[in-house]
Amino acid sequence: MRIRFVLNGKPVETDVSPGQTVLEFLRARGIHSVKYGCDKGECGACTVLVDGKAQNACLMLVHTINNKTIETVDSLADRHHLHPIQREFLERGAVQCGYCTPGMILAAEALYREDPHPDEAAVRDALAGNLCRCTGYVKPVEAVRK
Amino acid sequence: MRVIGKKTVRVDGRALVKGKPVFADDIEIQNLLHLKILHSPHAHARIRSIDASEALAMEGVVAVLTHEDFAPHYFTTAGQGYPEPSPRDMRVLDSVVRFVGDRVAVVAAESPELAAEALAKIRVDYEPLPAIFDSRESMKSSIVIHPEPGATGIYDAERNIAAHFDVEIGNVDKALEESEHLYEGTYSTPYVQQASIEPHISLSWWDENDRLVIRTSTQVPFHVRRIVAEMLDLPIGKIRVIKPRLGGGFGGKQEILNEELCAAVTLKTGFPARLEYTREEEFYAARTRHPQTVKLRIGLNQDLTINAIDMDILENTGAYGAHALTVMSVTAQKTLSLYRAPNVRVNANAVYTNLPIAGAYRGYGAPQGFFALEVLMDEIAHDLGVDPIDLRHKNYVRVGDEIPIARVLGEGREGFPMKILSSGLEECLEEGKKLIGWEKIRSKPKSGIIRRGVGVAIAAQGSGIPGIDMGSVFLKMNEDASFNMLVGATDLGTGSDTALAQIAAEVLEVPVEKILVYSSDTDLTPFDTGAYASSTTYVSGGAVKKAAEKVKAQLLELGKKLLDVKAATIKEGYVIGDSGEKITYREICTKTFYTDEQTQIMATASHVSYDSPPPFNATFAEVAVDIETGIVTVNRIVSVTDAGQVINPQMAEGQAEGAIPQSLGMALSEYMIFDEKGVPLNRDFFQYHIYTAIDMPEIVTKFISTNEPTGPFGAKAAAEIPVNGPAPAVVNAIYNACGVRMRKLPVTPEELLEELSKQK
Repeated sequence: MRIRFVLNGKPVETDVSPGQTVLEFLRARGIHSVKYGCDKGECGACTVLVDGKAQNACLMLVHTINNKTIETVDSLADRHHLHPIQREFLERGAVQCGYCTPGMILAAEALYREDPHPDEAAVRDALAGNLCRCTGYVKPVEAVRK
Repeated sequence: MRVIGKKTVRVDGRALVKGKPVFADDIEIQNLLHLKILHSPHAHARIRSIDASEALAMEGVVAVLTHEDFAPHYFTTAGQGYPEPSPRDMRVLDSVVRFVGDRVAVVAAESPELAAEALAKIRVDYEPLPAIFDSRESMKSSIVIHPEPGATGIYDAERNIAAHFDVEIGNVDKALEESEHLYEGTYSTPYVQQASIEPHISLSWWDENDRLVIRTSTQVPFHVRRIVAEMLDLPIGKIRVIKPRLGGGFGGKQEILNEELCAAVTLKTGFPARLEYTREEEFYAARTRHPQTVKLRIGLNQDLTINAIDMDILENTGAYGAHALTVMSVTAQKTLSLYRAPNVRVNANAVYTNLPIAGAYRGYGAPQGFFALEVLMDEIAHDLGVDPIDLRHKNYVRVGDEIPIARVLGEGREGFPMKILSSGLEECLEEGKKLIGWEKIRSKPKSGIIRRGVGVAIAAQGSGIPGIDMGSVFLKMNEDASFNMLVGATDLGTGSDTALAQIAAEVLEVPVEKILVYSSDTDLTPFDTGAYASSTTYVSGGAVKKAAEKVKAQLLELGKKLLDVKAATIKEGYVIGDSGEKITYREICTKTFYTDEQTQIMATASHVSYDSPPPFNATFAEVAVDIETGIVTVNRIVSVTDAGQVINPQMAEGQAEGAIPQSLGMALSEYMIFDEKGVPLNRDFFQYHIYTAIDMPEIVTKFISTNEPTGPFGAKAAAEIPVNGPAPAVVNAIYNACGVRMRKLPVTPEELLEELSKQK
């Protein structure tokens, strides 16, 4: 089937196979920042922004993004400048292995679009769907709060 | 020091925050075959026959491999040095399956979906065999899990003992008899999972020169090369293993887990192959921490110094003996290194069961041992009416102490003499005591439904495996005074590439950005045993320091020649002659490339250490116990560590912050549950609960700086030590809160309530 959507600011029109998830679809298109972690919506490694909201790409079938806007972490920075959340993650040591990092950054970005002044509880809430086994969330929470 | 001990942004950080394609699976390969494994539904069965014809008839299914495709050679999947101290009790694919999840066959197809479909079409005729699920039954059972004659290195196959050791220093029976106070307790820890967020993933292909490339998420690229070569009967030189960025490992990737299956498919079909574990497979077909039951007896003198420790370890290694011997060696060696005890004895058995395979997991046996030791120390303190901190102050090892257990008990063989040359343990305890508010919470009367308590545990670990772990490095200079540093060391997400770059930068007096790190590629980087046993900073860092010093010496010599002076010094990128004439690193390198003294400034170095200085830690937990529901909430963890001179404070803190929830998980929320047929029940993150951002207590981490004379710039290890303390500290805090002593992990609300009800 044919769908149209906006991917990281660029319109896309393409044939998709029904049954494919957004995670599979994006990775097959070379968007590798969207990670496989569990395929059940438990770990958040595949987080993408769908119309600005953080969603698990592993749980969405690709036809459901017809006419929607998809953003991945690839669209946040330009060649020379990091997005402020990326910069804070880097500076504050919130990245260890970095596998869950794109998902966490997107979850944080979605939070800021809704609430520009989140308190710690809101930050923790926003990151609750992003499992991380390296950091204990200490530095990611600090990074998102700044 | 210029960069050691200072904040340094990680060298791979920019790529990671930008989501660049740096992980094993972030690569596009044409004509890739996707592999899926058929796992055994039985805990123990003999395979009578496998019929894969229907699967093979499917369009797009290219190959199905079974035990018939592999010669009956036995290996260990443990990614350890050679000869491996783990028993060789496993075949690539076998005609007997020994746990629910054991490998039966592998399908290679043009898509993962097709491969999964094909799995369902393979017909296997199993002859179910009786199984053992309780490690206490193993040694006396009539069921034998590894009767096969080809397996080697099993201690006593008839009694299902994969590995055994017993050692004694002094005379424990006599000492216990003569002790003024005698205590004992039995403590057990469950099956828990490393749960790295990136699953195990490998890819393989023939390169343009007909060499087999394996790109894999591993902590041990050189062991992967050696073991896969042996498994598939290929020359080592035919294989290149590349480790890109790793999405966490924690020991789970110190294993040859699927690399050989990819390679076998590529060998058979000529096509590239990819095998990625699903999360479900991670839970039942990857590796776990070894569950242990540790029985301790401690005898104390009248002055409350420890006279003797008697330790009995029963370790469940699951269906195969990966790391079986060495994990319990570490349990004994680390635990019995912490306190001065003139008489110590260990009797340790690792037994087979028909349950998932245990392996390496951060701490490597030490968390199990310290759980036992530190809870019993708390029990002793309470019984004798002394402050648990004071009891520890009376007994832990101090600078200058010999550690006799280290000499008799190495990793699978005799160890090396060990003497404590640095320790900040006293400060760790005192600092932690202040930060947690020990006295105030501890002595507060406990009443009401929610009861607050505080507990402490101390621990030691090691810095690499003495006499075994070896790291090496190749450092070469470029005209712009940057340096390519090619290291075998394996950054598994801890930031070791950055720490090693800092060490080189410190020696060479250049900014860290001038060190261009490339790590873990068996074709391009020199050998390293791999990232385990807290070895990278200490051992590989030692190699980096030596290589950088050699390069610096070359710079000095060439600088003197170019300046035409007899004596000179190096300062911040210049060689300066004694009358003030100078030449920059850039000029030296450019000239020596093109015009003068033509040579490549470069050096290699290897490092092995016969010391393994213990880092120390004191962990304090503050908990709230709801005595009506049995729910334990951890409010705060204070973790104070002596890791010698910390190379990168931010990354060291990160190690402690990440270790704490892993240990809290083992204490309170993580354990694998099996039904009566050995089927694992919790196979996803909903059922197996690792800590999330909203579960976390307040975390306070601190480092006490000491100077370890054997470490690079005074460094000791930092990665494993903080994982030992939280679980026993929490259990001790529960006791302080509500007077109930839990000796089995995890502490579930049901079991705590039951104990509370006995109290009334």
